[in-house]
Amino acid sequence: MNARKWDKVATTILYLISIFIIFVLAFLLLYILVSGLPNVSWHFITGRSSSFQAGGGIGIQLFNSIYLLVLAMLISVPLSVGAGIYLSEYAPKNWLTNLVRNAIEILSSLPSVVVGLFGFLVFSINMKFGFSILSGALALTVFNLPLLTRKVEDSLQSIHYTQREAGYALGLSRWETVIHVVVPAALPGIITGMILGMGRIFGEAAALIYTAGQSSPPLDFSNWNPLYIASPLNPLRSAETLAVHIWKINSEGIIPDATKVSAASSAILVLFVLLLNFAARYVGNRLYGRLTGVKERK
Amino acid sequence: MNNDEIRASLLKRSRASKNELFGKIISGLCIAIIVAVVVSIFYFVASKGLATFFHDKVNLWKFLTGTIWNPSTTDAQGHPQVGALPMIIGSFAVTFLAAIVATPFAIGAAVFMTEISPRIGRKVLQPVIELLVGIPSVVYGFIGLSVVVPFVRHTFGGSGFGILSGTFVLFVMILPTVTSMTVDALNSVPRNYREASLALGATRWQTIYKVVLRASVSGIITAVVFGMSRAFGEALAVQMVIGNAMLLPSNLISPASTLTSVLTMGMGNSVMGSLSNNALWSLALLLLIMPLIFNIIIRWIGKRGAMH
Repeated sequence: MNARKWDKVATTILYLISIFIIFVLAFLLLYILVSGLPNVSWHFITGRSSSFQAGGGIGIQLFNSIYLLVLAMLISVPLSVGAGIYLSEYAPKNWLTNLVRNAIEILSSLPSVVVGLFGFLVFSINMKFGFSILSGALALTVFNLPLLTRKVEDSLQSIHYTQREAGYALGLSRWETVIHVVVPAALPGIITGMILGMGRIFGEAAALIYTAGQSSPPLDFSNWNPLYIASPLNPLRSAETLAVHIWKINSEGIIPDATKVSAASSAILVLFVLLLNFAARYVGNRLYGRLTGVKERK
Repeated sequence: MNNDEIRASLLKRSRASKNELFGKIISGLCIAIIVAVVVSIFYFVASKGLATFFHDKVNLWKFLTGTIWNPSTTDAQGHPQVGALPMIIGSFAVTFLAAIVATPFAIGAAVFMTEISPRIGRKVLQPVIELLVGIPSVVYGFIGLSVVVPFVRHTFGGSGFGILSGTFVLFVMILPTVTSMTVDALNSVPRNYREASLALGATRWQTIYKVVLRASVSGIITAVVFGMSRAFGEALAVQMVIGNAMLLPSNLISPASTLTSVLTMGMGNSVMGSLSNNALWSLALLLLIMPLIFNIIIRWIGKRGAMH
């Protein structure tokens, strides 16, 4: 009977642990949303942030976050797709390929603050981009590349080899097979990975503090010429993102309503990331269903 | 078509073959860029970080064991005071404590997801864990600042800032990573191990404890080391709750600092090329080397696990 009693005790403990973890997430989400959402208003989302008084908004920060996200994805998506294709389809099995794989794994295990400092040294100082959107986007690319590449490679690897043989049998070259047969079949996985990568970039701050900078100069939203200095699209202006804003107002503590502003900003940040998470799931499943005719993904 | 044309078409590269070469070059170029980035990260950070020792002639041993961090002043012998020990201890303390707290929870949740109720595991716990991964680290820092720090202050006294608060925040941050990797480790245990154990009359818990967990121990350790590597490199969330005092921590609730927190705070306040700046880059170099060491440990465990 003793063993059975232990079995019951252990099962109960395992249930408690699982409930505890669910409780932690529920608490986190509720805390962020309950303390944040009441402070969110149209004025807050679009308004200018203030450096000293209460009542500032996060309009520019939100715009910066999205602009950086788009730029970083524009650079990192083609690079990671190309690299993933090479690793999955072309790379010979030898020591060099192993070395490359190790390099990518090391890159993915580097702390984001180190990536940020590297970006600061190389993009901001050596290449003289300064604290700018361009430096930030490049740093985010470095931060994002290894995971995207691995995701692309895994998605391509999961396509059965008979699909490739079918392509070759039709007289397609290897590259044509990859572009017209393998990549379309792997698309759901690739897109899911990209969207999850976007969520990671959107919330990233440590890599941006010393690359995109911690200040946001006033912008002129009537002039969209990227070469104009106060234009929102100018890639050489410094840009504080939403995540950096949360960090900065909390560690400097100059504005009196820092807690309110960061609660509301956190709520928006988390909602955005949740949205991307659900989008990744939904789009992945939809595409998978459309391309294969299977209702639900395993 | 006359003979010459046929000969020409056979000897020239076909369109498909040109295409093929194009594809190979383009995709090879992408991978080359990534490798170049990795190499240049090491080159740039190392060249800056080593300048402290070669250019400013700081003793490496003194750097690692010194307890006073004040690069602008010198000690009695005229050596600059760049002792990184407080930060090194702070980083390792939060990392190990977070791993110690997180491991039982992660193993428990993973066992629940694979052995007790895979259905609830997949439908409820899996999304919960994915959402926990998705919450940005500054948000964890903010919650740490507004919930964990006051809680620690009320319960244990002190200012609330310190290693204990850092541990709590990192615990929640690495829990999902360790859990999902542990799930993978448990899932890779062959089904017939469990069936054999159950057939011998073992209860479910006996099977879990004496068979499944033993068989996947190397995978679980890998998961924990991976989580520690994450915790070690986490910057902003820790920086917001640790108190940022560059002193040797005397207890868990006194303000301390970590390598990452000093870097985020200090890099903007020092002039490039000065000693205090170079010393910060040496800390960055330490941060760069540690994931490598964690990586080597993971591989070593993997190899040992594979031999059984």
